[in-house]
Amino acid sequence: MPTNITLEVLRYMPEDGGAPVFQEYEVPLRSDWVVLDALNHVKDHIDGTLSYRWSCRMGVCGSCGMMVNGEPTLTCAAFLESFAPGPIRVEPLAHFPVIRDLVVEGSDFMTKLKDVKPWVIRKEEKPLSEGEYRQTPEELADFKQYSMCINCMLCYSACPVYGLEPGFTGPAALALAQRYNLDNRDQGNEERMELLSNDEGIWSCTMVGECSEVCPKGVDPAGAIQRYKLAGAADWWKSLITRKSK
Amino acid sequence: MSAMKKSNDPFWWTLFGAGGAMTAMLVPMLLFLIGVATPLGWIEGPSYASVSQVMLHPLTKIAAFFLISLSLFHWAHRFRFTLYDGLQLKHLFQLIAVICYGGAVAGSLVAAYVIW
Amino acid sequence: MDSSSEYSLHHPKWHRHRTPIFWWVKRWVYICFIGREMTSVAVAYCAVLLTMVYRALQSGPEAYAALMSLLSHPAIIVLHVFALLAVLYHSITWFNLSPKAMVFRLGRWRVPDLMISGGNYAAWLLISGVIAWAYATG
Repeated sequence: MPTNITLEVLRYMPEDGGAPVFQEYEVPLRSDWVVLDALNHVKDHIDGTLSYRWSCRMGVCGSCGMMVNGEPTLTCAAFLESFAPGPIRVEPLAHFPVIRDLVVEGSDFMTKLKDVKPWVIRKEEKPLSEGEYRQTPEELADFKQYSMCINCMLCYSACPVYGLEPGFTGPAALALAQRYNLDNRDQGNEERMELLSNDEGIWSCTMVGECSEVCPKGVDPAGAIQRYKLAGAADWWKSLITRKSK
Repeated sequence: MSAMKKSNDPFWWTLFGAGGAMTAMLVPMLLFLIGVATPLGWIEGPSYASVSQVMLHPLTKIAAFFLISLSLFHWAHRFRFTLYDGLQLKHLFQLIAVICYGGAVAGSLVAAYVIW
Repeated sequence: MDSSSEYSLHHPKWHRHRTPIFWWVKRWVYICFIGREMTSVAVAYCAVLLTMVYRALQSGPEAYAALMSLLSHPAIIVLHVFALLAVLYHSITWFNLSPKAMVFRLGRWRVPDLMISGGNYAAWLLISGVIAWAYATG
């Protein structure tokens, strides 16, 4: 049993003015270590200049997403042993600009999340005296899956359409829109359809399906977008008929 | 996101979906019988008389026209996006859309002319 | 532009990676995806074939017999075997993805995805059986 494993980490240092280069680090191959532990080991004991994001190290915060051997992966959930004998190639998330080393610029994603109006929209708020908006377990089950997203952006890295057309609203944001569309308390369906039924919204998706495969939380953005397309197409035909009859 | 242009894609997508479903159900067996099993002599093809009796029935003609036309629109939509993404030709989007959907329209007209 | 405009303390120059033209040959799943999309070419070809069958039928028995002998050419048979593989791949991927778009409900009960694809496959077998039976019995 080898006691070490090699990490090949992509380093990008803007002050050097050069292109990114791979740097190798030997780290202990411990059975209880994930890729993130290995990066922390590098940072603490080998090379303090290595930059990357992490926080909770338990698959909740969504900040340690990186490309591990070419696959978008949460590094806190990827055991070193599953890559033995290595080497393990660690790169920043694909399709995002790289700020430094493994740190990517995610503002585009943050803007898109906000653009889909991810909150309950009511045409008319009922007065407090009438009580809460009620929801059955079945109604909750309709959208609960989509609310599990931790904004780790792995789905954007897995989506070739986003890589080719950065204007594409993208998997997580569209799934989040569906999370509210399918919520029985929400009435913002039409408003969001206006926003998202365009060439950069749902109609850009070509159903590669990888967004759903890489999601660490079992959200199914590909399915959400397909259902959204079906609803969008139904809407389109409906508006065609009503326009004609007027 | 800022460009709020209404998309025509719902229309094309409906045709794509209808064509995809119809061809998925019908085409493999049809192609197997006509293109593989009969020429290889695994089964004997029906006679001209019986084929034409079935195929030239008005209802079969309508169904065949739908199958042909929707197959072509199914192709047009998928092929268009494959050219966009697979070969990064998005900048030629108008030309590609005209060729793909125009091809499907032309093919449908030819099919209608031949069938009737 | 001088180099200082590309790098400043609070706005370092980002590295942007351009997607290569043949991005889809790098991962197996992307190859499968492009393969799935390219089955549409086989589907379009089948539409052309069916149109040719109609033309032959409309032109009379000789034209029909000529088309049938053309279809028996080994090269055409090989072509059709590949086209058949493609349309089979189309059918399978189509049925597997169908539950993604469709949600059926019976009262409060949501029909599971597996049953939706299963229903599609059952319909496929049934329809294919009917076609084969009609064809074989003339």
